[in-house]
Formats: sequence, structure tokens, C-alpha cells
Amino acid sequence: MQKQAIFQSKLLPYALVAPQLAIVLIFFYWPALQAVIQSFLLQDAFGLSTTFVWFDNYVELFRDPAYFEAIVRTFVFSFAIAVSSLSFALLLAVMADKPLRGSMLYRTLLIWPYAVAPPVVGVLWIFMLHPSLGIIARYLRAIGVDWNPLLDGDQAATLIILAAAWKQISYNFLFFLAGLQAIPKSVLEAAAIDGARPMRRFWTVTFPLLSPTIFFLLVVNIVYAFFDTFGIIDTMTRGGPGTSTVTLVYKVYSDGLLGGNLGSSAAQSVILMIMVIVLTGIQFRFVERKVTY
Amino acid sequence: MALRQFGAATAFALTVGMTASPALAVTEIQWWHAMTGANNDVIVKLANDFNAAQSDYKVVPTYKGNYADTMNAGIAAFRAGNAPHIMQVFEVGTATMMAATGAVKPVYKLMADAGEKFDPKIYLPAITGYYSTSKGEMLSFPFNSSSTVMWVNLDELKKANVEIPKTWPETFAAAKKLHDNGHPTCGFSGSWVTWVNLEQLSAWHNVPLASKANGLDGFDTKLEFNGPLQVKHLEKLVELQKDKTYDYAGRTNTGEGRFTSGECPIYLTSSAFFGNVKAQAKFNFTAVPMPYYPDVKGAPQNSIIGGASLWVMGGKPAEEYKGVAKFLTFLSDTDRQVYIHKASGYLPITKAAYEKAKAEGFYKDQPYLETPLLELTNKEPTENSRGLRLGNMVQLRDVWSEEIEQALAGKKTAKQALDAAVERGNTMLRQFEKTAVK
Repeated sequence: MQKQAIFQSKLLPYALVAPQLAIVLIFFYWPALQAVIQSFLLQDAFGLSTTFVWFDNYVELFRDPAYFEAIVRTFVFSFAIAVSSLSFALLLAVMADKPLRGSMLYRTLLIWPYAVAPPVVGVLWIFMLHPSLGIIARYLRAIGVDWNPLLDGDQAATLIILAAAWKQISYNFLFFLAGLQAIPKSVLEAAAIDGARPMRRFWTVTFPLLSPTIFFLLVVNIVYAFFDTFGIIDTMTRGGPGTSTVTLVYKVYSDGLLGGNLGSSAAQSVILMIMVIVLTGIQFRFVERKVTY
Repeated sequence: MALRQFGAATAFALTVGMTASPALAVTEIQWWHAMTGANNDVIVKLANDFNAAQSDYKVVPTYKGNYADTMNAGIAAFRAGNAPHIMQVFEVGTATMMAATGAVKPVYKLMADAGEKFDPKIYLPAITGYYSTSKGEMLSFPFNSSSTVMWVNLDELKKANVEIPKTWPETFAAAKKLHDNGHPTCGFSGSWVTWVNLEQLSAWHNVPLASKANGLDGFDTKLEFNGPLQVKHLEKLVELQKDKTYDYAGRTNTGEGRFTSGECPIYLTSSAFFGNVKAQAKFNFTAVPMPYYPDVKGAPQNSIIGGASLWVMGGKPAEEYKGVAKFLTFLSDTDRQVYIHKASGYLPITKAAYEKAKAEGFYKDQPYLETPLLELTNKEPTENSRGLRLGNMVQLRDVWSEEIEQALAGKKTAKQALDAAVERGNTMLRQFEKTAVK
């Protein structure tokens, strides 16, 4: 059987991939390169004075103990967000996959939160849990819980994780549902005939067959938690109380955009980029072995 | 960001396309601002009135998001080579704008070059001091100014049989009494924690916040707000936070609803809170001057302003600057200032406008609208109360808030927190100094 497509002209394949390559170069590599260049510079917000400072921006970062705290915090947050949103989404998907009356409606409703922009997610959760604005916060206080994320760092961190995970659940749900529906019914039926109970069927048949989806979502969720949560943090806590919700990406945002310190901000984003590359590499190297396609 | 700018540019192009008059000689002047709601209406009306009053220039106001968004949009536009003519920048952005020599055109220079009549003495010195060099040269044009006042729920005070407090010890006592009589979650509170409890506190007691006249005389300034007064004040707040006689309400103004809902009967925040109080409060209220410590000699001094000013961006043709100058003269008009004052609740910026509003009896029914003016003009401003000019002020405030939160949460003592706030702030100021254009 002929598997390879044969191009008559040598140029045609290049021409066909050129648009994609151009997009990748312009929108991914060019900005990344700019960040690397910027990270060696010291520049005012208006770009009027520029000095080349070699690795000063990096050195200053690693001299700052707060930066290491932010690194650890980011990993904790990312892990918590990824695990909670993945497991909850899987639970919902398994339930929505059952033959239920009105399951289409449930599915649609479960997908909705994904359409909400991160800062809006922040505002939504503030309206529920802000100590002076929130409805749920009022009830919590009424039953004697000292709910005050404005001063309690752990509560604030929980709030951020909750909001960020909630937003990602829809996305994960969508993929899990598609994954579940792609599992051949005959396999499950065969297992049932062999006498496997639902839980056993899930862990021995469904879960392994879902592993490519889980792996993909794990990578996507980690990247999401690393990069996409600053809008939520900005609207909900602005990194406070103290520095208990300052993550790496929020620090990039606040130092660069609020502080006008573009050099340090760029250095931080380069470090962040390297971290995610390494992390993704590790996932593909070690976690992927457990994936059966 | 790029997409938003594109959107704004498209919207702008459409508006211009639809409203452009056939006269080709009209020079357009772009005005970027951050005003919403009723205040946006004021801006549009000002632009329309100016455009109707003459035919050479056309002021085009564009809303660019909140203060920080507007400033970032302006900076990005400048870097891309198409900055607006006039940009509204909040007071904490002053140092950043000022450091950008060449990016901005100082107002005093603009007026002189354009040959407009301009006397900086007609403006309230407490306001212009913030935006002028030590030689008295006005760098930006004051537009909307406010100050910190203490909002009081008169009904609740009466119920608890509490007098309106004048000093801090009285305020603490009043809050204790209120706390014990129906306000277990909040005796008193406030917004903008650093503005109220560090910046205004220092000016109000004639104590420096930073060296070099709080940064007005140069960027090589050092923070000094870890002195005995500020430490004592924060210690008191920490102590009262324990049983919620004082309850921290966040870094910005998100806690203001606690006053209008009646939860906190005493609340320190901007005088610009007036619009919301009027619309939402279902009780009798007033605004009185900030409390002071009677054992500090000479206190109270005068307060400093909040709000924003108009910066003129650099690198535009002389002909366009002429229009900008004419527009600023137009804004300085007494009647117009009285109108802005009444319509927005912000302060009048000229002495004549203040006198006129007073003569009209405007403050008889609404004495609390005069409170911020009385605070600002309480005494001749000193080195410590003229204003603040610190680089990266937005981020500085976040760092200071972080440390204050640590103290209020009991993780650090007041002294430790303020020492750390000073130290971390100084590092950021040195960073700013390095990048500021010499």
C-alpha cells in the first residue's frame, strides 16, 4: 500500500506549509525572541532610554527570596488547579455520559463557563465570596466561620484555586465527554458479560482508554494554570493579602504593566517559558509512557 | 492589548468618518480619558462646547478604560508613534509621566509657546503643587481632584449616642462604642489603605513620607514613613482589627459598599465617593475632615489630592499645540469650573470658581462637598504636604499594602511591616531612578 504522498514539484510542500510556518514565526517565535532581547535591557516605560545590562535582571530576580516563594506557590497552585479541575470534570463527564433524560441540556450548561473571560470569573466569585460584597460570604459569617480572604492568605489562595479550576472544568469536561463517547460500547459490554462491576469496568477499561485524553488535558491544564490565571488573580486579590497569591505570571504582569519594569518582566517571562518547556518535556518523557493510544 | 487598540482605532475611525465636517481646516485634538457614567457626560459636554465655541480646532474625547488602562494605552501609543495630544493620568502616574522628558510637553511651556495667557496663581496651590516643579512650573493641567474625607453615618452615630469624632483617639473610642452597639463586624474602615493611612496621614501631620519633599524635588528620594507616628497609627489599627472594631476593607475601593449598606458607620475614603453615597445610602450622612492626633504639634496640616490631571504629549506640531493651549484656557474659565465641580463632585481647580460656588450658596445644603477643599486649604502646604511624586507609584502602593496586610493579619509587627515596606519601596525607587531619563 502506498502510504507516502508524492509531490511532483519540490516547492509545493514548502508552499503548503509556509502559511503555518509564517504564523508560528510571527506570533510565537518573534515575540519570544523579543522577550529574550528585552530581558537584557533596562528601559523606562516610554522606551526613551535603553541600557544593555547583560544578566542584571536575572541576577536581581534570583537574589529576591520573594521570587522563590512565587515559584513554589505557582507549582502548588498549578498542581491544585489541574488535579481538582481534571477530577471534577471527569466525574461530571462520566455522569453526563449516562443515558439521561435531558442530557443534552446538562452538557450544554456544563460547557458554558468556558465562554467566560478570566477577569469576569474573578468578578463572579468576588460577588459570591468577597467579605463585604459576597452573598455566600455573608452566610459563612452568619454561621460563625471567620471568612476573610482579604487578610487570610490561605483562604485567598483557596479562592483563586477554586475560581481558576471552576473555569477550566468546562473545557476538560468537553474533552472527557468526547473521549468517553469514543470508547467502543462492545468492549464495555464484553467486560460486563464477564461479570465486571461498574467501578471495575471504569478503572480497567474506560480509564486506560481515556489516557490519551487525560494526558493531553494534563499538559493543557498545567499551561493554563501557569499562564492564564493572572486575570483572575488581578480581579480577585491583586496578589494579596501580603504576597500570598502572587504567582509567577501575575508577577510578570504587575512588574511589567503596573510597574513599567519591562526588563525584569521580560526576564521573568523567559524563565517562565523555560519552566513550561521543561515541564512539558518531563510530561512527554515520563507520563506519556503510561499512555496507550 | 493590540486587539483592543485595533478595536478602539476602528471605532474611532468610524466616529470620525461619520461626524467629520467638510471644513478641511479643522485641526483635531485627541483627548484620552478614563471617565465613565456621569463624568463621561461632563467630558463630552466640555468637548462639544469647545468645538462649538470656535471653528479652528476639534477636540475628540476617547474613553480608554480605567486610569491604569488609559495610561498603558497612552504609553503603548507613544511607543508606536501615535500618542494622543491630551491624556488623563491619575495622580500616582505623575512621576512616571514627569520622568519621561521628551514624551510630554510641560503645560507651562505649552502655554508660553502658544502665547496663551496663563497665570499659575489663579489655581488652588494645594492642587497645582502636586503637578508643579519646585520652581512652581506647572507640568500638567489639574482636571479632576479629590481628597480623603471621613464619611459618617449620622443615624447610627445618634443611635449609639456617639459624637462625630475629630481626632484619632476620639475615632477609636467612637468605633469601639459603635462596635459594641450593633456593629460587631465593623466599627470603622476605609478604602485605599496606603493613601489614607500612610500618604494622607503623613501630610495631615506634616511628617515626611519620603525625602526630597516627598519626591517633588528629585527622583533620588528615600522613603521615610516608618517613623513613630505611622508606626503608632498602624499598631492601633492592628489592635482594633483583632475584634473588628476596625475591619480592613481591601486595597482599592471595593469595600465602600460596607458604608452605604450601613455595616460600617464610619468610613475613610475619597470625597469622590459622594455620587455613590448619594445614590445608595438610605440614611443621613455627612463627610468631615480626616481625624488627627492632637499630640502632634501643628496638626492638622493640609491634605493632599487624589484624582487625575491632563498631560500634554510631546512631539506634535506647533499648530496643534495652539489648539491644546486654547482648550486648557477654555477649561480654566470660572463658570466652566463651577459647572465641572457641581456636575462631577470633583473639586474646582481655580480660586475664583471656589469663591463663586461659595457665593452661590452651593455648600449650604451640601457642606460635605466643601470638606475636601477645607482640608486642602487648611494651611499653607509644606515640604511634607505639597504632594507626592514617587516612581512606579502603582506598584509601590501594592507593595506597601502587602506589608500592611501582613501586619493586620498578625504575621508581622507594625514596625517590621513598615520597615519592610520602606526597604522594598526604596529598591523599586532606585530601579526607577536608573531608568528615568536624565
